[in-house]
Amino acid sequence: MDQLTFQFPAQPCKPSAKASLCGVVSSGNLEVLITQGGQPNGCEVSIHTSARGFAPIWQAVLADFAAQHALGGTAITINDMGATPAVVTLRLGQAFRDYCGGAQ
Amino acid sequence: MNLPQPSPPSRGPSFYEATARQRVNRLLDAQSFAEFLPPQSAHSSPHLALLDLPGALDDGVVIGSGTLGGKPVQIIAQEGQFLGGAVGEMHGAKIVGLLQRAIRDKPLAVLFLVDSGGVRLHEANAGLIALSEIMRAVLDTRAAGIPVFALIGGMCGAFGGMGIVSRLCSAILMSEQGRLALSGPEVIETVAGVEEFDSRDRALVWRVTGGKHRYLMGDCVALVEDDVEDFRQTIITLLAQWQENPPEPHALRAEQERLTQRCQQFSGMRDGLEVWAALGVPNPQQIPLLERDALVTLRQGLSL
Repeated sequence: MDQLTFQFPAQPCKPSAKASLCGVVSSGNLEVLITQGGQPNGCEVSIHTSARGFAPIWQAVLADFAAQHALGGTAITINDMGATPAVVTLRLGQAFRDYCGGAQ
Repeated sequence: MNLPQPSPPSRGPSFYEATARQRVNRLLDAQSFAEFLPPQSAHSSPHLALLDLPGALDDGVVIGSGTLGGKPVQIIAQEGQFLGGAVGEMHGAKIVGLLQRAIRDKPLAVLFLVDSGGVRLHEANAGLIALSEIMRAVLDTRAAGIPVFALIGGMCGAFGGMGIVSRLCSAILMSEQGRLALSGPEVIETVAGVEEFDSRDRALVWRVTGGKHRYLMGDCVALVEDDVEDFRQTIITLLAQWQENPPEPHALRAEQERLTQRCQQFSGMRDGLEVWAALGVPNPQQIPLLERDALVTLRQGLSL
């Protein structure tokens, strides 16, 4: 298992929920929890993943997502069991939409 | 082209395919669910981390309270997708805590959405102890006059220790997709050989453990469609007329006697087809193809 942490600069977001959770920790899937973080203009990401050696891919996928969404002021916790980058981006999008009061 | 279009069955979201959280939110009255120990409080397994495995923030089980048809209930939902819904130490502690809280809060019922292969082998004795504590807690809750209903319709069914827990509940509701047994098909095949049981024969697995078989055998009180809304309506109807009989030694002995006789009656049979024929079902091979309503009608016609 790899434990990774990242920080990205991001525009402040306007949360409408205290927390949101998407996905399940199962083969090829992951859970994404978004809660309030400590920095209004930054996003902290903490990852536990069963797939070792993929830190550069996580960095790229998360930086891409952070560049496209106002994630400032959030803390993202991820438990992963070998999800592909596309699934990671999908779950991040679902969780962030719920956090900001989108669907559901 | 004027081909007749078969009208699709008007079903809601599948219970089988939903996650534990989706099941809870759709089963209870809208917006009524309040989760205890939500994922942000991060009660994940300490054992999995030691084994270098990623845990889940809720350790694979959702617990909380809500309303069902306006009546207060408490609810437990296992997540079958996370390690097969297996019961570890934290997972079990959450379930036991919910059941103990039910004794204090006195909800109308506890709904137990079982979706589990049994004990979490990674956690060994801690998982086994957790299961025995759940069994005790279910009986304690029932002894306090609060019914506990097992709802089985997930992809992992109810096997191993969770099969026992399900049968300790006040009643079981199942969909055709649900499965209930003690040793799972793969366990039987591993221990006794493929001649004894071919776990890859999916149709056989369902004929021996599936919801239709359990309903014909009287192991579940209701056979419901694979639809969260049908589970919801069935449990509302059941609750409206339910009289909880707390478990008593003489009733348990009578049940043990009944099961012993049943074991003798069907001894040597290797397939649900043989059992159904012995029950007096006219065309046993038709059972797997029957719709739910037709099967319910058929069972009412049997002298069981």
